[in-house]
Amino acid sequence: MYEFAYHRPNSIRKASSLSASGEAKFLAGGQTLLPTMKQRLASPDALIDLAGIEALQGIELKGRTLHIGAMSRHADVASSAVVREAIPALAALAGDIGDPHVRAMGTIGGSIANNDPAADYPAACLGLGATIVTNKRRISADDFFTDMFETALEEGEIITKVLFPLPRRSAYAKFDNPASRYALVGVFVSKRGRDVRVAVTGAGPCVFRVAAMEDALSKRFAAKSLDGISVAAGDLNSDIHASADYRAHLVGVMARRAVAAA
Amino acid sequence: MSNTGIGARVARLEDQRFITGAGKYTDDVNVAGQTYAAFARSEHAHATVKSVDSKAALAVPGVIAVFTGADLEKDAIGPLPAGWMIHSKDGSPMNAPGHPCLVQGKARYVGDPVAVVIGESLAAARAGAEALAIDYDVHEAVTDPAKARSSATQLHDSAPKNTCYEWELGDKAATAAAFKSAKHVTKLSLSNNRLVPNPMEPRSALGNYDAGTDSFTLYTTSQNPHVARLVMSAFLNVAPEHKLRVIAPDVGGGFGSKIYVYPEEVVCTWASKKVGRPIKWTADRTEAFITDAHGRDHVTNAEIAMDERGKILGLKVHTTANLGGYPSLFATCVPTYLYATLLSGQYDIPAIYAEVDAVYTNTVPVDAYRGAGRPEATFLVERIVEIASREMGIDPATFRKRNFIKKFPHQTPVIMNYDAGDYAASLNKACELIDYKGFGKRRREAARRGKLRGIGFSCYIEACGIAPSAAVGSLGAGVGLWESAEVRVNPTGNVEILTGSHSHGQGHETTFAQLVSDRLGIGIDQVTIVHGDTDKVQFGMGTYGSRSGAVGMTAISKALDKVEAKAKKIAAHLLEASESDIEFKDGAFSVSGTDKKVTFPEVSLNAYVAHKFPSDEIEPGLKEGAFHDPSNFTFPAGCHICEIEIDPETGVCEIADWVAVDDFGNVINPMIVEGQVHGGIAQGVGQALMEGVSYDSSGQLMTGSFMDYCMPRADNLPSFKVDTTVTPCPSNPLGIKGCGEAGAIASPPAVINAITDAIGHENITMPATPQVVWQAARQGAARAAE
Amino acid sequence: MPKVTMTVNGKAASADVEPRTLLVDFLRQHLRLTGTHVGCDTSQCGACVVHVNGRAIKACTSLAVQWDGASVTTIEGLASGDALHPMQEAFREHHGLQCGFCTPGMIMAAVDLVNRHGGVPDEATIRRELEGNMCRCTGYHNIVKAIGAGASAMQGSGKVAAE
Repeated sequence: MYEFAYHRPNSIRKASSLSASGEAKFLAGGQTLLPTMKQRLASPDALIDLAGIEALQGIELKGRTLHIGAMSRHADVASSAVVREAIPALAALAGDIGDPHVRAMGTIGGSIANNDPAADYPAACLGLGATIVTNKRRISADDFFTDMFETALEEGEIITKVLFPLPRRSAYAKFDNPASRYALVGVFVSKRGRDVRVAVTGAGPCVFRVAAMEDALSKRFAAKSLDGISVAAGDLNSDIHASADYRAHLVGVMARRAVAAA
Repeated sequence: MSNTGIGARVARLEDQRFITGAGKYTDDVNVAGQTYAAFARSEHAHATVKSVDSKAALAVPGVIAVFTGADLEKDAIGPLPAGWMIHSKDGSPMNAPGHPCLVQGKARYVGDPVAVVIGESLAAARAGAEALAIDYDVHEAVTDPAKARSSATQLHDSAPKNTCYEWELGDKAATAAAFKSAKHVTKLSLSNNRLVPNPMEPRSALGNYDAGTDSFTLYTTSQNPHVARLVMSAFLNVAPEHKLRVIAPDVGGGFGSKIYVYPEEVVCTWASKKVGRPIKWTADRTEAFITDAHGRDHVTNAEIAMDERGKILGLKVHTTANLGGYPSLFATCVPTYLYATLLSGQYDIPAIYAEVDAVYTNTVPVDAYRGAGRPEATFLVERIVEIASREMGIDPATFRKRNFIKKFPHQTPVIMNYDAGDYAASLNKACELIDYKGFGKRRREAARRGKLRGIGFSCYIEACGIAPSAAVGSLGAGVGLWESAEVRVNPTGNVEILTGSHSHGQGHETTFAQLVSDRLGIGIDQVTIVHGDTDKVQFGMGTYGSRSGAVGMTAISKALDKVEAKAKKIAAHLLEASESDIEFKDGAFSVSGTDKKVTFPEVSLNAYVAHKFPSDEIEPGLKEGAFHDPSNFTFPAGCHICEIEIDPETGVCEIADWVAVDDFGNVINPMIVEGQVHGGIAQGVGQALMEGVSYDSSGQLMTGSFMDYCMPRADNLPSFKVDTTVTPCPSNPLGIKGCGEAGAIASPPAVINAITDAIGHENITMPATPQVVWQAARQGAARAAE
Repeated sequence: MPKVTMTVNGKAASADVEPRTLLVDFLRQHLRLTGTHVGCDTSQCGACVVHVNGRAIKACTSLAVQWDGASVTTIEGLASGDALHPMQEAFREHHGLQCGFCTPGMIMAAVDLVNRHGGVPDEATIRRELEGNMCRCTGYHNIVKAIGAGASAMQGSGKVAAE
């Protein structure tokens, strides 16, 4: 690792102002950032640790909306009675990110700010129609995830919490990359009133929705409705782990499994 | 049998330190004044190093020194040698250019060390390595062994067509004749995937020069510290043997990859004198992926000929073996004498002819990895036999039994003389344990759940305890493959065993103590096993090739014979009886037919006090040594059966059941032996389903971390049903055959035979990842629909 | 350099460290607690697992400065004096280790998983929970057995979540 300065502010305001100078990075759970820095692939001159900020903590249900503080660890979300009751698919998703030790550190805010194309949380945010709240504004998930490792976040903008409207039904089906255990393909489906969402992670350069599947499921929310619907392989990732064709096929399989489980 | 003697399931003595965090691995060793090394490595697979500018590196705060290949050359530090001479079929010696410890001229794989930076801290050394300006002239790379011989790219001037040797074994004419008379011929083309050994402890070295004694100490992650010292002295000119102490403390797994001498340990030792400070280097995992010797990597075409009843008549094999950028220490013997000599498998095959071309490519050097040649042979034999039985419509178990060798000793057409075995016994027991008869029912039940279920056999044989030394010498080995032992009995009757074997997970501190406890009738807590330090143990050949039981323990046993003989003489004086009347049993010497006895500790004390025997007749003390050179290889063999279930929608394979029935001869500690089998199976399943090195065409490693190279984890594997049959090994007094590699040798074909059984065709490659299996299952379904 | 102070295995430990000092380097190099190992650089192998404030984390993917004021337990602090933790005993009894390199992380992960799940987890749960711990020697067979047995023994000894 290259040298850097370390700050641990106790307020969002201080954190934001610390980020104004130089090449600072926010440190949430660090489960992606620190390995990247260890391999000398990132060289921030300062890390601003968000763990000391009370306002980024907490999980609560307000009416029909689940509020999850940005610094909530995956393990906290997975084991939260509130989440398990309100959106069991979200708790299950959090409980299958990385491994137990990564889940003890990794946070929802860190995960979505990083927007790894194979991460799970972006699929949940997009698949549930979440709203990402920052110290500056509210951003709908549809607008938040812009490209591979790119989001709508601006310099110094800090995610404070994520708001999930409660679905009537939802599920996440994930096919693990055998080596890294990230999602080779993950599909999050939800149904809330007439709003049906199908969000896919792992398969493309950035999490995306599948309109054809959503239309079909809006008519009848059943795995069978997806028969004959496929995503175009042309837009998908192809690497040593899986060809675009295989990923396209898995999107169909995982979508059907998610719908069946929802 | 006592509760700690031979055959007992004794909990391991060494575990106390490992479960409390008190183990001492090389990176745990720290010495005063220590500095740190960071290696600058070639980013290119094939490039001439035109210059190394170290000015900026030396300006980094904390950087002490920079060395390059030219500095090694100045001090006449030689390149890493190949330790086994192979001659091509035309009689010419192999082309085996040495591997300079820091590049001299060309870098030949990504990771080849170009320079070393020594720093006050690891961070300083790494920053220095990054600051080096290395100017490369980049050349085209060749990474595919199948293309190496025809490539316009030449790695070494001294190896035309990138070829190390073109070797053959067996009778070509007899084999051709056998094929002429055949009623059925089965053909198979396969590749045996390249693997990264990945012991959990990365390699590490700590070199330390002591000016006062003009001698070096090297702590290193080695499976054979004496051989490391010999190579570094005799071939590399680092220091004379008596001025170099090599210590391999606790070593966190080896699997072959820690047999060889590597550039880093040589450089850290040599440079410690240059900088006058100790130098430590520890690989991170990324570095391990591009520096530890890889394993396997064969491309093979084979044909097997049968008569109308399925009796095998002959086998023809052509293999291209990838050696990587340089010939690593034992690399040249792996695809020859450790591979082709096992092509007869468990079968009576009258004629075999094998050709092996070994080639250089711009990849990490390949050398022995758990099994070393024998997994490649077993994979070939057990796949082609399985396919032949399927093609001929003969039940695969029946086909195998029909062809098993049944009379021993059995001379194969490929050198080996199998001494003992009962292959049908292992197969029958395995069939029983897995309920082979009930398989059809299980398959139908799986089909109802939408799963494809298959069953796969693997009847493997291996040759362990490579020996005798004169014979391996005649085959090209640069060393003898005996083992040494010394038994030091202390005056109070406890015992230190100095062994040339090295334990890096095998549990020698327990099993060796069990042998001593059994023989001397003392508690195992009265025995200490000393290994891994060239200053303590006089010499030894180390641990690999499943040799430490059969060879290392036999050496101890022979030394114990001598101790017992001398102790009897002393006991005779103590008991005032004739030596021929002394019996030794349960730790006491007695005069036969009387109740007069003395215990082993009493005799030990008297041996040193030396009051009660004439010291002109018997020397004082009780210490004996032995060297054991085996008269033959040992031949562990057995049968593994795998049942697999495939999800045809995704291609995911789940191992539904696994049975292993092995014949290791006599077993000292069944618990430890079972553990060796479990671990071996896991590595073999890894090869079959998950692990595989991938290079792009420019020679960049695509699978350079655990993010991309898939290691088996707990949820990839089932619990295994492990059992044994026993035919004692006739070539050593303990009847031991060895067990360390069996699982890794046996398991890959069992997995692939199960998958191909499930999907209904043979076209599948390793690793059979979900994508590979999904594609194959689709082909299978398409064929079934035709 | 920032100063960090922690309670490590029940004892106060403090040092001036560079911010880039990983928790595992703080333990291994500053405190010479070399039982915690490093087996990879991608946060996957689990040889470095320790407990921080009662939770198992990977000490190679965490900075020492993040844990000022925290309570850390490493493999060296798991036993109570000469009395081994039941999970340590179970690993020995069931031959849950060979080379021993993954063992400290494996045992710390095992204790944590029993603490989180309570009771005696079934084989499938144990295997799934070991996703973040690699072993190259044992094929996991005896590790899984040892953790089951260790979990049973922990129920009997009241060691569950007792840190």
